[in-house]
Amino acid sequence: MNTPLRRVGMAMMAMILLLLGNATYVQVIKADDYRKNPLNQRVVLDQYSRERGQIIAADGTPLAAVQKTDDRLEYLRTYANGPVFAPVTGYFSFIYGAGGLERAEDDLLNGSDDRLFARRVSDMITGRDPKGGSVQLTVDAKLQQVAYDQLASQGLTGTVVAIRPQTGEVLAMASTPSYDPNLLATHDGDAQEESWQALTTDESEPMLNRAVHQIYPPGSTFKLVVAAAALAEGKTKDSEVDGRPSITLPGTNTQLPNFNDTICGNGTTATLQEALAKSCNTAFAVLANELGADKLRDQAAKFGIGEQDLAIPLSVVPSTIGPIEDKPSLYQTGIGQKDVRVTPMANAVLAATIANGGVRMQPHLVQKILAPDLQAISETEPDEVDEAMEPEHARALRDMMVESEKNTSGGGKLNGVTIASKTGTAEHGVDVSKTRPHAWYVAFAPAEEPQIAIAVIVENGGQAGQLATGGRVAAPIGRAVIGAYLGGR
Amino acid sequence: MGSPVPGAEGTPLAANNSAATSTSPGLSPPTRRGTELFMLAFAAVLVTGALILVEANQEKELTMRIVWLGLAYLGLLTVAHLAVRRWAPYADPVILPCVALLNGLGLVMIHRIDLAMADVKMPNGETWDPAASKQVLWTAIAVVLFCTVLKVLSDHRTLARYGYTFGFAGLVALLLPGVLPSFIAPEINGAKIWLSFGAFSIQPGEFAKILLMVFFAAFLVSKRDLFTIAGRRVIGLDLPRARDLGPLLAAWAVVVSIMVLQKDLGSSLLFFGIVLVLLYVATERAAWVVVGVVLFSGAAVLAWRIFGHVQVRVQNWLDPFVDPYGAGHQILQSLFGLGTGGLFGAGLGGGRPDEIPEANTDFITAVIGEELGFVGLSAVLLLYTVFALRGLRNALAVRDTFGKLLGGGLAFAVAFQIFIVVGGVTKLIPMTGITAPFLSKGGSSLLANYILVALLLRISNAARAPKSTPKPRQQQPAIADQFTVMVERPR
Repeated sequence: MNTPLRRVGMAMMAMILLLLGNATYVQVIKADDYRKNPLNQRVVLDQYSRERGQIIAADGTPLAAVQKTDDRLEYLRTYANGPVFAPVTGYFSFIYGAGGLERAEDDLLNGSDDRLFARRVSDMITGRDPKGGSVQLTVDAKLQQVAYDQLASQGLTGTVVAIRPQTGEVLAMASTPSYDPNLLATHDGDAQEESWQALTTDESEPMLNRAVHQIYPPGSTFKLVVAAAALAEGKTKDSEVDGRPSITLPGTNTQLPNFNDTICGNGTTATLQEALAKSCNTAFAVLANELGADKLRDQAAKFGIGEQDLAIPLSVVPSTIGPIEDKPSLYQTGIGQKDVRVTPMANAVLAATIANGGVRMQPHLVQKILAPDLQAISETEPDEVDEAMEPEHARALRDMMVESEKNTSGGGKLNGVTIASKTGTAEHGVDVSKTRPHAWYVAFAPAEEPQIAIAVIVENGGQAGQLATGGRVAAPIGRAVIGAYLGGR
Repeated sequence: MGSPVPGAEGTPLAANNSAATSTSPGLSPPTRRGTELFMLAFAAVLVTGALILVEANQEKELTMRIVWLGLAYLGLLTVAHLAVRRWAPYADPVILPCVALLNGLGLVMIHRIDLAMADVKMPNGETWDPAASKQVLWTAIAVVLFCTVLKVLSDHRTLARYGYTFGFAGLVALLLPGVLPSFIAPEINGAKIWLSFGAFSIQPGEFAKILLMVFFAAFLVSKRDLFTIAGRRVIGLDLPRARDLGPLLAAWAVVVSIMVLQKDLGSSLLFFGIVLVLLYVATERAAWVVVGVVLFSGAAVLAWRIFGHVQVRVQNWLDPFVDPYGAGHQILQSLFGLGTGGLFGAGLGGGRPDEIPEANTDFITAVIGEELGFVGLSAVLLLYTVFALRGLRNALAVRDTFGKLLGGGLAFAVAFQIFIVVGGVTKLIPMTGITAPFLSKGGSSLLANYILVALLLRISNAARAPKSTPKPRQQQPAIADQFTVMVERPR
């Protein structure tokens, strides 16, 4: 009986070897897959057991912090003034993951970032509880509040983006309607699910960050790009351009009229400055055609339109001027219609670039990365991306925008401050006569020494409906934001 | 029946020679009880260290309670050790320390899971009945039972006389929960294998495993010749005669009825594996294994075709991601735990056992794999291997065929059970839901396995004790000096 017993022994060894082999497969080879699987709650639980870092505004106001709890997820994420800052902070949910900066800076906030490595080691040795790092933003808390209030108090759907032209710091980024990220941070799973359902099925899309994740036809604000290209081609603000009230698109019977069929200049020609100030469609359509699609595309690219993979560090949806397949398209592109689509962020960058003498700075939201003890680990250096315009062309364009501002209706004009601006009233939708236009306002001030550049869009013109224009709806909001910023200095 | 075991053949030869001529105690065969005590102390140190680590990692204060738990554990070990010293002095010195370490680690893990569950339940206002203290109580009862078996059963061959009685008792115990109404035999987690008496419940199947093994060993030893008669020869295999297939078919029928009546796939696989191994060892013919595997595979395929719960298990084995929140939840959480543990583990007390369902019973090895990593899980597997191989070695060394068969069967039972459990939680084979011997929570399992250890130690004592080796006597020259012994003829 000993021979079969020995064979049984061999069989037992074989079984154990099989188990060890399979355990190696599961615990060593497949380990990472299993560890990182979204169904594996351990990762989330571990994140919650470590104190997540804060998100704070430029002046130190905490926007996202943590609160110690006595339930299984040790730390509760809390957002002071949630809806105002939601487009910036994003949300942090144990069911739905993270959005906004919570996602973009997750490694730093949860403490796994390499920049925190040395501190993690020292925590391990000294026995301190490991904490995540914090993020200090460029966002001016008061300005953000003003921007949000301007939109929200009127129940508007839209966004305000403000940038410091010299550095690219994003001073404000409001988007309405907004949501309260506290609803998604709660440790009550059912409440979280309910809120998520409500927010994601809401037709007004409160969780959409319109500043960077939505593209709109820029309308007349795009004329700034065309004007810049024309200046680069040797035109001046006094060059004569087309001033007819209406033209026929080549090869079609379609009329392209000026707004309200306005006459520019003498009705045949007008200066470039007057054409921009009065926002003459015919002038810029013809100008676009003269320049050609390539020059237009180049100039747009220099302003950052068409840039892929922009992250501030929130990802920014690429803007585009479209394929421009034929002449009529080129004409329409010249007035920011057809397939031109930009994010409000891109339009704010456009204004900031002109304000900065033609030098385009990389927009960014994060000012400093802070260690858990709030010591700065790194600071964002202003990053010059491109020289979009010659300085004297930028100055010329600025002067033209100052004239434009003088021509712009709407309330809220500021005393003692010269604003350089351009409005836009962008038609969209299949039947443009029935859908209400988007109202745009891009501006910077003070024109002589710009400190702030902004882009404002109010979707579908807000309450003004069909009668909405950039000047009437968006300009007062922009002026209020500029006023608040300059007045607060 | 040559054996490499030193205590069985080599040393006794010299030792007994001298024992016959000299009274010098130093030359009697070593009992190795000191070695056992030393290894038990080592196990106690490891277990206490593990307990302290758990408390430290859970940021619990180190209280006197740990000391008491440690002392209780140490006391139980001492009792078991003393019992072995007294009633089975020549028993294998490695088996008991292996058991002590496994059982101790099991207690620590159960306590650790208690802490995790308390963390989950208490904030919700739910109560959680700590399982660890109950398990300590069960351990105490198991050790008492262990001592009793060692004392009462002075010779394992006595068991062979009651083979049929044990067989009948085992069959009743096995099938009882399946046929009894559900107020006394409730269906828990889809399996009808418990007998419930108010607050406490037992799993008769755990005891049936041992009872039936005794029966099969006794039966096969007495009817051994019958099974070695070859029938037809097919492709190099001597198939048994059709009429000799009786016991195998009976075992198959029992297993099928367990599958049908109790939905307990793990136990059916375990029983059938044990029966096959006993048959193979007794007859030394691989044909039995082939026939058995064919029979079992047939039953398994049939069960898969007919029963929904079998299909679900197989489906989860093939792809647990099909239903990650439902049927695949258990195995997925187990795999996530094992994967998160990785090579070195999350550390004792650093894992998330509350994520793994049935953490303190069927999935305890997954929790060990998460907190101690691949290294820790391997160590546990190797402990079982040492345990089983020592048992097997004693079976090889013991001289009577019944002891060989029973010892081999018991050793294999433990190894095979751990294969089914760990294979299940690591997705090597479909999950079948049985407990890990000594580690998992559960009184029945602990009691039964301590009886199993007592039997193994009894057999190893017979294998290693000088008097049970007749060889030296044959060498004694003067037959006139011999006294006569009554030899009872085994039935």
